[in-house]
Amino acid sequence: MRLFFSYLSGLVFGIGISISGMANPAKVLNFFDVAGTWDPSLAFVMGGALIVTFIGYRFVLKRPAPTFASSFQLPTRRDLDLPLLGGSAVFGIGWGIAGFCPGGALPALGTGNPNVFIFTAALLAGILAAKLVQAAIANRAQAQA
Amino acid sequence: MIETVFTPFQSLGGGALIGLGAVLLMATLGRIMGATGILAGVLQPAGLSDWSWRVAALAGMVSGPAVVMLFTGTMPAIQVPVSTTMLVVGGFIVGVGVTFGSGCTSGHGVCGNARLSPRSIAATITFMITTAITVYIVRHVFGA
Repeated sequence: MRLFFSYLSGLVFGIGISISGMANPAKVLNFFDVAGTWDPSLAFVMGGALIVTFIGYRFVLKRPAPTFASSFQLPTRRDLDLPLLGGSAVFGIGWGIAGFCPGGALPALGTGNPNVFIFTAALLAGILAAKLVQAAIANRAQAQA
Repeated sequence: MIETVFTPFQSLGGGALIGLGAVLLMATLGRIMGATGILAGVLQPAGLSDWSWRVAALAGMVSGPAVVMLFTGTMPAIQVPVSTTMLVVGGFIVGVGVTFGSGCTSGHGVCGNARLSPRSIAATITFMITTAITVYIVRHVFGA
């Protein structure tokens, strides 16, 4: 049941991404191109997603635990640090160059479009490279301690 | 550059489904619907039970376009107005950024902002600004 609902959640998310236009780099990049071929659709995607999630989470998180797990796994940190802001700034640069973000690209793999596979392969390489750097930084910090 | 049609209702409806998927995952498994986090956990699994729900969620996401085709008769449009080199370079940069930034448009942009997390709000403002600057530079300074 746990895996069925995980699949179903991913499917609903993937259908939403597909019909919203988030999987289409032309539409995503046009949202940011106010000085050129502007398409404000993306604001409606974010608006619709935020309204539903904001209200839905209010009800869900009032419960003591999720249906198929012992507790809610929520990030608890509230501080702003350099990795968060620097990493997010870097993410935006890549998003502006390629037009795909991870949430848009993963469902888009299902279209079979080769460009999505090229982007996703590069995305995975970037994630793995960053993980290696993070591990090296953690090791050095441990060696110094 | 490719002109795209403004689709307020379709985008709002699609956005609502994105939110519904996120709420369903939280209600059933207690997890954040973040593409970055789910994918990173598949690469570095913390045990079989942790790995399996992530793979199931990814399989669900990838099935999305086929279900849309079942109802509408056409695959969702994927129009790529950039070169293959830009896809590769941009993809790698996105991977590095979301790993250090602990999330992307789904984890921070939808789930984190819906929880009013200060880290997610700061992350979202930051990447929206750098994306807009990058698109401006690529299109209007270099004219790509």
